[in-house]
Amino acid sequence: MNAEYSEYLEQYLFVGLFALFALVFGMLPLIAARFVTPKKPSKSKQDTYECGLEAVGEPWIQFRAQYYVIALIFIIFDVETVFIYPWAVAFKKLGLEAFWAMMIFVGILVLGLLYEWRKKSLEWE
Amino acid sequence: MDQMFVNIKAALVGLSDKVFPDWVGVLVSIAVSIVAIALLGPLIMMYLTLIERKVVARMQNRIGPNRVGKYGLLQPLADGVKMLIKEDIVPRNADKVLHLLAPILIVAPALLVFAVLPFGRNMTAVDLNVGILFFAAISSIGTIGIFMAAWGSNNKFSVLGGMRSVAQMISYEIPMVMSVVPVLLAVGSLSTNAIVEAQADWHWFVFTPWGFLGCVIFFLCGVAECNRSPFDLAEAESEIIAGFHTEYSGMKFALFYMAEFMSAFTISGMTTTLFLGGWQGPLLPSWLWFFLKTYGLIFIMLWFRATLPRLRVDQLMALAWKFLLPLSLVNIVATCIWHFLSDEAFFTPAAFLVPLALLVFSYWGLMKLNQPYMPEKRVYPLVD
Repeated sequence: MNAEYSEYLEQYLFVGLFALFALVFGMLPLIAARFVTPKKPSKSKQDTYECGLEAVGEPWIQFRAQYYVIALIFIIFDVETVFIYPWAVAFKKLGLEAFWAMMIFVGILVLGLLYEWRKKSLEWE
Repeated sequence: MDQMFVNIKAALVGLSDKVFPDWVGVLVSIAVSIVAIALLGPLIMMYLTLIERKVVARMQNRIGPNRVGKYGLLQPLADGVKMLIKEDIVPRNADKVLHLLAPILIVAPALLVFAVLPFGRNMTAVDLNVGILFFAAISSIGTIGIFMAAWGSNNKFSVLGGMRSVAQMISYEIPMVMSVVPVLLAVGSLSTNAIVEAQADWHWFVFTPWGFLGCVIFFLCGVAECNRSPFDLAEAESEIIAGFHTEYSGMKFALFYMAEFMSAFTISGMTTTLFLGGWQGPLLPSWLWFFLKTYGLIFIMLWFRATLPRLRVDQLMALAWKFLLPLSLVNIVATCIWHFLSDEAFFTPAAFLVPLALLVFSYWGLMKLNQPYMPEKRVYPLVD
């Protein structure tokens, strides 16, 4: 096993352990609070909070399609990130051809954005 | 002074190497870093609450907390104890599991991000070669936590706040991620250490036209990502009570608060790292420079809060998609032009002015395109 490889392993061991620790870090105060908080549940205290009125109807409802449109555009541009980050890191070695290639790629996406803009699906009423 | 904390850690690892085999040394080194972050994170958060209250109070011509300890210095501790002994109320109709998991899932990524922040020379907890990607990926997990909190509470205000929050966070993530690309172009690495090293000798990226614009876009999107004012529609108290954390009390609420303040710190820290030269600076120790710059940015965040009114939803979405996103794409092109013209020098007039002209032109163009609807000016004949 060469040195660089074991350094990678060490780094990801850190990330893994830290991720576990971060979850514990979130749980610890909740567990600590278990022991010291008073527990006096009552009917009106555990009602859904709606400024003192009885809650009417169901909060788990269908939402406007607008949110899904935004989410779709988000996914398109987020995937673009996956392509643009490695390109950006290697940019200095790649030179002018890679620049034009990426410009064509981004250009197509910008056309898509302009289409959305003209279609008024970025408008929020 | 500069390497004080690095030396302490090296001493601890050296001590364990004398007694235990090698692999324990690795674990000790990891444990020391984790414990340091685990102490630093809550400490930063606690005193950020005090700083925020003090600064906003001064801006509103008040004094702010000054009863608990000198200058209110013990106020965060008192708040912590209060949060700890408050009753944890779970609504009857709530989805109990989601309601419990959400605060944990929000705090964990907020703490994880600290791993790649370069606090000083040799003071990055782990210098991942994909540091920036790690930052972007981990900090966006918080969105899921917020939506879990909203949905699990089974409250109309929570769901409204959660939906708004998710729409806002995914919209602002795109310009944020895009505004980092110029830095990657100029440095050629995703490692946070390499990015800071590249900004030695006052070659801070904020002094270039593309770096300045990138810095502004990144910081604005960062403020929107951690739901701070003026982008705090998700918790607009005058409309939807407290948004996604309406139904939370006690320690669970404190965890939301902690996540919000820790991400305010990490966003400022990342802006410092990417554009303001990180820990680079003369005379003072490197970690002090990092904290000075970061707290400077946090002060600007507090200033936003004291000055600006909340945005409207349509304005918020339009700002992200129709203004910041196109501008950050143009910024990438401007950086490429800078790279081709500058020939590895940091400052040459041509490489400075051409991107500047491009950016000013596109800023002006986008301002024209985004001209808001203005109602006709009303005339009151009887008054005049």
